[in-house]
Amino acid sequence: MKFSLSWLKAHLDTTASVEEIAATFNAIGLEVEGIENPAEKLAGFRVARVLTAAPHPNADKLQVLTVDTGTGDPLQVVCGAPNARAGLVGVLGQAGATVPANGMVLKVAAVRGVESNGMMCSSRELELGDDHDGIIELPADAPIGTAFADYRGADPVFDLSITPNRPDCMGVHGIARDLAAAGLGSLKAIDATPVAGSYPCPVEIRTEDAEGCPAFFGRVIRGVKNGPSPQWLQDRLKSAGQRPISALVDCTNYVMLAYGRPAHAYDLARLTGAVSARRARAGEVCLALNGKEYALDPGMTVIADQAGVHDIAGIMGGEHSGCTDGTTDVLLEIAYFTPERIAATGRALNLTSDARARFERGVDPAFLDAGLELLTRLIIDICGGEASEVVRAGQPPLAAKRVAFDPALTQRLGGLAVDEGEQRRILAALGFAVGDDWTVTVPGWRPDVDGAPDLVEEVVRIHGLNRVPGVALPRADGVARPTATPAQRIERRLRRAAAARGLNEAITWSFLPEAEAAHFADGDAWLLANPISEDLKAMRPSLLPGLLSAARRNLDRGADSLRLFEIGRRYLRGADGRSDERLTLGVVLAGEKTPRGWATGKAQGFDAFDAKAEAMALLAEAGAPVDNLMVMDGAGAQFHPGQSGTLRLGPKAVLARFGMLHPATARAFDLDGPVAMVELFLDMVPAKKAAGFARAAYSPPPLQAVRRDFAFVVPAALAAGDLVRAVKGADKANIVAARLFDLFAGAGVPEGMKSLAVEVTLQPVDKSYAEADLKAIAERITQAAARLGATLRG
Amino acid sequence: MDYEAERVSAEAAIAGADSLDALEALRVGYLGKAGSISALLKTLGGMSPDQRAADGPRIHALREGVSTALASRKAALEQAALDARLAAERIDLTLPAPQVPRGSVHPVSQVMDELAEIFADLGFAVATGPEIEDGWHNFTALNMPESHPARAMHDTFYFSDKTAEGEDVLLRTHTSPVQIRAMRATGGTQPLRIIAPGRVYRSDSDATHTPMFHQVEGLVIGEGIHLGHLKWTLETFLKAFFERDDIVLRLRPSYFPFTEPSVEVDVGYANSGGRRVVGGNGDDPGHGWMELLGSGMVNRHVLAAGGYDPDQWQGFAFGVGVDRLAMLKYGMNDLRAFFDGDVRWLGHYGFAALDVPTLSGGVGTVA
Repeated sequence: MKFSLSWLKAHLDTTASVEEIAATFNAIGLEVEGIENPAEKLAGFRVARVLTAAPHPNADKLQVLTVDTGTGDPLQVVCGAPNARAGLVGVLGQAGATVPANGMVLKVAAVRGVESNGMMCSSRELELGDDHDGIIELPADAPIGTAFADYRGADPVFDLSITPNRPDCMGVHGIARDLAAAGLGSLKAIDATPVAGSYPCPVEIRTEDAEGCPAFFGRVIRGVKNGPSPQWLQDRLKSAGQRPISALVDCTNYVMLAYGRPAHAYDLARLTGAVSARRARAGEVCLALNGKEYALDPGMTVIADQAGVHDIAGIMGGEHSGCTDGTTDVLLEIAYFTPERIAATGRALNLTSDARARFERGVDPAFLDAGLELLTRLIIDICGGEASEVVRAGQPPLAAKRVAFDPALTQRLGGLAVDEGEQRRILAALGFAVGDDWTVTVPGWRPDVDGAPDLVEEVVRIHGLNRVPGVALPRADGVARPTATPAQRIERRLRRAAAARGLNEAITWSFLPEAEAAHFADGDAWLLANPISEDLKAMRPSLLPGLLSAARRNLDRGADSLRLFEIGRRYLRGADGRSDERLTLGVVLAGEKTPRGWATGKAQGFDAFDAKAEAMALLAEAGAPVDNLMVMDGAGAQFHPGQSGTLRLGPKAVLARFGMLHPATARAFDLDGPVAMVELFLDMVPAKKAAGFARAAYSPPPLQAVRRDFAFVVPAALAAGDLVRAVKGADKANIVAARLFDLFAGAGVPEGMKSLAVEVTLQPVDKSYAEADLKAIAERITQAAARLGATLRG
Repeated sequence: MDYEAERVSAEAAIAGADSLDALEALRVGYLGKAGSISALLKTLGGMSPDQRAADGPRIHALREGVSTALASRKAALEQAALDARLAAERIDLTLPAPQVPRGSVHPVSQVMDELAEIFADLGFAVATGPEIEDGWHNFTALNMPESHPARAMHDTFYFSDKTAEGEDVLLRTHTSPVQIRAMRATGGTQPLRIIAPGRVYRSDSDATHTPMFHQVEGLVIGEGIHLGHLKWTLETFLKAFFERDDIVLRLRPSYFPFTEPSVEVDVGYANSGGRRVVGGNGDDPGHGWMELLGSGMVNRHVLAAGGYDPDQWQGFAFGVGVDRLAMLKYGMNDLRAFFDGDVRWLGHYGFAALDVPTLSGGVGTVA
C-alpha cells in the first residue's frame, strides 16, 4: 500500500517527521517496505529562466540557450525542444544530476561542437508525466534558482506491507487511525454529508444472490463530464502507484485507496434494464477491463443487466460498460460481497485486483452509504452532474461483534503491564466501543478481531511490543535431560560415521524429473499436480537418483572422485493415499577410489566391495546385527545383476542394497565409468532393546587363542559366505572367528571348482588345547564344510 | 714367550679386520679350537706349578685382551653395517603419503544438531512429522480454513490425491503442522516444549528462494506462558546460537493465522566487508535490522485443534529458516548451492565428523 505524506495528512493532523512516522508504522505492525522521497530524485534540478535562444551553428533542430540559474553567470545549454525560447521558465538539470527517467548522469559536454552545461528537462524525463513534446514550462513568476523539488513541494511516499488481516489499512484513512491511536496526531473525521438526490434512481437494482452479495446500493449521476482528473487527484493516485485513467474511474479508485472501499461506475448508456447481482450462468463469459475474457461458472457472483454480464462482482469491471470520455450518465455501484465467495472466484479465475484484495479480506459492511456519498460528492465536484436518490437492494451484515474482555489478559497473555485507562484509550482510539463492564464492540472495519487475544494484540502493539520484558522460561531442576529419540540418535550417529568414513553429505531435492523417479520406482512415480518445473515433479522413491545426478554434475565439473551420501526420506504413496515416508541413507561412489600414485600406480575405480564395506559399516553404526546378515540377490533393476546384492535379516527383511550401477541406469543418468551405490533402509533396521549403561560382564581369556588355516576345494558356484558360515558354526564352543583369506582357481584346482582358504580362531577357555582336541575340532570343521561339497585341499 | 707382544700384534690385527668374516677368521685363528691362544692355554696343563703361576695369568690376560678386542671390533663393525644399511634405506619423505578422503557433514545438518543441543538445554525435545501432509494439518488446524487468503499465499505444491477424509494431499509449506501433531500426541494434558526442524516446500524459485528449504519450528505450551517468555526464549536462543551477547531483537506486530498476537522478529546486524554480521543494535550507525523469525502466542483455535483447552493453556510458537541461520552464521551467500551437492562447496562449507556441537565445547564450529 503506497501513499504520499500529503495524502496521509489529509486524514491525520500531525507534525511528526517522516522518520517518526516510519518508526511508528514499524512499531505498530504496518511494516515500512520503503520510503520514496521525490526530493532525492530531483536533486540537482533547479528552476531556471532562458535568457536567449539562438540557432545551433551545426544542427538545424538544436538551439543554443543561455540560462539564468539565479546565481553566477548564465550557463550555455544546448537544447532540442521546439518550445525552448527566450523568457521561458523551466527546469534545468545541472552537471552531476541524474535524470530520473533513464538514470543518465548529466555532465558538461560538447553537443555538435558547442559546449552544453546541462539539460532543460521535459516532464517525462523527470517522471512527472508523459509529456515529451517539449520542455517543462513553469509560470513566469516561479523563483529562479530554487531547487525544483522545493518549488514543486516534496511529498515523500510511504510503501507499507499490509498484513492480510487488516483490510482497514488498505485505505489511507485506516492507516491514519492507527497512527492517531499510537499518539502521532489526531484523526480527521470523514465528512460524508449526504448529497441529496433530486430525482428517483432511473435504474432498478436487485440482488438475486443474497449469499454472495447481501447488499447492493447504487445511484445515478446524470450530466457528468468525463476527462482527465485534476492534478491533486492524479498526484495522489500516482503516489499509490496507480495510473490516472479518467476522472470517473479515478474517483472510484480514489475512494478505494483513501477509504479501502471499492466501488464501480457504469456508463448508464451501455446498460439495459435492471441491474442485478446474481450467480453467473454456465457458459457465460466476461470481457474484463484488463482486456482478457473470463469463463464464468455458477459458483461466481456477477453484476448483470438484461443484456448480460458486465462485471465479475467485487473483482473486476467489464469492458462493455466501463466509463469512457464520452460518458455523460453513470450508475454507481457500492456493494457488499461475501469474502469467501470473492476469494474462491478470484482463485478460480486466477485474477487479482485491488478490489478483490479488499473484498476478500472484508470491507466495512457499515460503510456502504458513507462510501457512496463520498464518491458522489467527489464526482459531482470534479465532473459535475446531478445525483439521483440512492437505491438499496439487500442489507449488509451489520451485526457488530462483541467481545468480553478482561484487561488483565494483557499481562497474562501479552506479558505487558498496561493500566486499564490506557487500554481503554487505545481501544477507543482504534474505534472499539468499550463498555463499563469491558464488553468491547468491534467496529465494522476490523473483521479480523473476534476474541480477547485479538484485543490484547491491539493494546500491546499500540502500547509498544518492544516494551514487553523478557521473562525466563521456568527451568527444570538440575542438568538438562537428554531429549533425542532413539531414531534421532541413530540418524545423528550415522551421519557422522559416514562423514568419518570419508563420505560427503549432500542434500538433494525431494522431487525429481519424472523419468528419473520412474527409473527407481516400484510402481508409478508419485507426481505433484502443480510442479514448479519438469525437473522437480516426482517425489523421490529412492535417494540414489538424486545422488547420481549430483555425481554427474560434479564429474561434468571435472571432479575426479566422489563419495556422496545423503540421509533423508524416500516418499512412497501409502495404500490409503497417505504419505509413507521412510528414513533412508544413500551412498554413491563414483570416479576414482584411489588416484594414480607414485606408490600405487594407476588410478583405481570403486567396486562392489567398496559398496559392501560402506553398507556393512554403516549398518553396524545403525545398530543392525551385521553378523547375522545374509547377502542375497535382488538389489533391483538399477544395479548390475551380477555385482549387487541385498543385506537381509531373514529372507524378507531387506536392510540394505548395494553394488554396481547397471549400464542402462548409467546411460539414463549420463554417467561414465564404474559407479558403486548403497542404499540403507533405516526403517527396516530393528530397534535395539533399551539397556542400561553397564556392559555384559567380561574379562579377557587368560589362555592364548590358537589359529588354524583350512584350505577347501569347493564347487565354483558355492558362495564363499556359506562356507565361512558353516565353518564358523562347526564348533560354537571353540570357534570365535572364521575369516576367508584366499580365493584361488586355476592350476592345481580341478575345473569347475575353486579353492577357498579360511583362517579359524579358536579360543581355549579352561585349559590349553591338547593335540587331540585340535584334531577333533578340525574334524568337525571339515565335516561341516563337506556338507557343502567342500573337500580339504591336499 | 712375549705375551705382551703377542697381544699387541693380535689387537692390531683385530683392529685391522674390515669385515665380520675377516674378524671371525681372526677369532678362529686366536681362540678357535686350533687357535694360537687356545694352544697356549692348553700348554698350561704341562707346566710346572711355578711356571704356571708365572705364565698362567699372562696367558689368561692375553686371552681376555683378545676377546675384548674381538667383541669391541665386532660391535663396531656391526654398527657400521647397520649405519650403512640404514643409510641405504633412506627414503624421500617429501613424497606424498597415502591420502584418506575427508568426509563432511552438510551445514544444514550441522545447524540442526546445534539447534537440538541449544534447545535441549532449555528443555525442548525434537519432534518430526510427515513432509507430505494433508490440508487439515497444514492449514485448517492452523486456523487457515479453505477460503483463507493466507492459504493462497502459501504457494503450495499439491498432489492430485485426496485423503480418505477428502482432504487435499500436499507438501507441507511450513513445519507448523508438527505443532498440531505434537499437541495431539499429548492428549492436551501436559506442558510441551518442542522444536521441529525439517524440509518444507513452496512453489517459489528465484535468487533467494528455492522450492525446498528447511525450517525449524518451536512450540511451548504451558499454563501462564506469555509474550515475555517468547521474547526471552528467542533472545536466549540467538545468543547461544551466534555465541555473542550483543544480540538485539526488534519485535514488530505482524499477522500469522496461527498466532495471536503475532510477532515478527528482526535482529540487528552490522555491515562488515559486504557481509551481514548478526549483533548490535540495528539502529546504530553502520547497522540495520533484518527479518529473521515469525512468532506469536498460539491462537486459541490452534490450541483447540491440538486438543488443548485454550482457557487453561497458553503457548507460543516461532519459526525460522535453518538454511538462513546457517548462511548468517557461517557466511554462505547462495541458497541454491545448498542443494547442488557440489563436492567443492561441501568440502568448504561442510563440517568434520568430529565437529559435534556440545554446550561445553561451544555449539558453533570456528572457521
